Amino acid sequence: MPIYFKDWDLVVPGELLAEGDYRAGPGVLKEGNKLYSTTVGIFKLAKGMVNVIALNGPYIPEVGDLVIGEVVDILPPNYVVDIRAPHTALLHVSEASLKPVSFREEDLRSLYDVGDMLLAKVSSFERAFSPSLTCRERGLGKITKGLILAIPPARVPRLIGKRSSMISMIRSETGCKIVVGQNGYVWVVSRSSEDEKLVAEAVRKVVEEAHVAGLTARVMSMLKARKKAGQGASTQP
Amino acid sequence: MAQGQLITPEGVRRDGRRLDELRPMELSVGVLKNANGSAYVRQGNTKILAAVYGPRSVHPRHLAYPDRARLRCRYHMAPFSVEVRKSPAPSRREVELSKVIREALSQAVMVEQFPFTAIDVFVEVLEADGSTRCAGINAASLALADAGIPMRDLVAACAVGKVEGHLVVDLTDLEDKSCEVDMPFAVMYGKRKVTLLQLDGQLSPEEFVKAVDMAMASCGKIYHMQKEALKRRHLALRRKVEGEPS
Repeated sequence: MPIYFKDWDLVVPGELLAEGDYRAGPGVLKEGNKLYSTTVGIFKLAKGMVNVIALNGPYIPEVGDLVIGEVVDILPPNYVVDIRAPHTALLHVSEASLKPVSFREEDLRSLYDVGDMLLAKVSSFERAFSPSLTCRERGLGKITKGLILAIPPARVPRLIGKRSSMISMIRSETGCKIVVGQNGYVWVVSRSSEDEKLVAEAVRKVVEEAHVAGLTARVMSMLKARKKAGQGASTQP
Repeated sequence: MAQGQLITPEGVRRDGRRLDELRPMELSVGVLKNANGSAYVRQGNTKILAAVYGPRSVHPRHLAYPDRARLRCRYHMAPFSVEVRKSPAPSRREVELSKVIREALSQAVMVEQFPFTAIDVFVEVLEADGSTRCAGINAASLALADAGIPMRDLVAACAVGKVEGHLVVDLTDLEDKSCEVDMPFAVMYGKRKVTLLQLDGQLSPEEFVKAVDMAMASCGKIYHMQKEALKRRHLALRRKVEGEPS
């Protein structure tokens, strides 16, 4: 059962990764007993499963995904929300808020208007139709403060990290509240806009160096250095 | 053009190439910021820009396929790409080449993963000096991979022609104008599956076999350059990060 690559190797579509009794994970196509890469990504082998972690790619919704989207239209009784998926998502009024809302357009508009950013969950998705969203949960709904960053959807798993190691490290280092939407929008809230900028810088670094090993440590040392520099500046008269 | 003007008796062409030699190539990906994927390919003086958008929703809705994505291609020559200004309106030739390029790519793209959507591929010829459809396929295949759209394999393409009785690869415009035979050829090289084979002219069975062999060998060279182009940017960044002291 030969394997032609080792972990963290960069592969491109059509490359023969391994032969034999391996399972094909995401980004891998199995033909007979040969496994081929289907995207540009990082080779990873785990428990007999060959994976290629894509470096780029579209966001395909899944039920239960936490997403951040922009209201682009109101078609009573639905809001049309752009969640960066192939199709725009629909948010029905009955799912729009914890409080009941009438179907009249004025009432819909007073709750969320076109251009508002929403934090929502994907409640159902059949590939044939637009995904449906829900905001009937605590903490979901309109985003009124903070900073929203856009990153490539394929880099979201890297930003969260293994058992959310990366994101919880950034949270504890900066003290910001960070919500990562599966569709590649990141919402950062903090009392200080300096901290928000620091998170933005860290996120940019994660996105840029997503495929280089030892990233969590590098981001941590960067945050520590920045904070030290910031404190030094603030103590000066 | 009189016999012996394009190829010397020693088998050297106008631009100094041997019969089975490709023009100098330059391939790069991620050249456009707004596209989901993009690529720029230069083969000698032929210059191609390719952009991929999608998967995105299809309008009008009834054009969508329920079981796969709709792959749409647009091959277009810029008005300034040739010596005499070309009208920017799509010509009969461009419509045909769009279809041919779409079919050459559709075997490679895993369209079944994105039902009810469209994947748009734009192939823009910036400068035309022969083999534009093959260079277009090379660029489009790179742009699709750059967009992260799952593919069975990369598609490499190369033209073979018969000029003054010799089989030659990667024709220039000058050779193309006076050739007896022109054979564009595209292949998913890793799987050795041919996705495009056109033949304009007449070849004997022996010549045809030789032409296919030459095309396959040239596509192999292009395929490796494509792989290298896709990896280059990421590997450069990796070296930079690993090189810096932490």
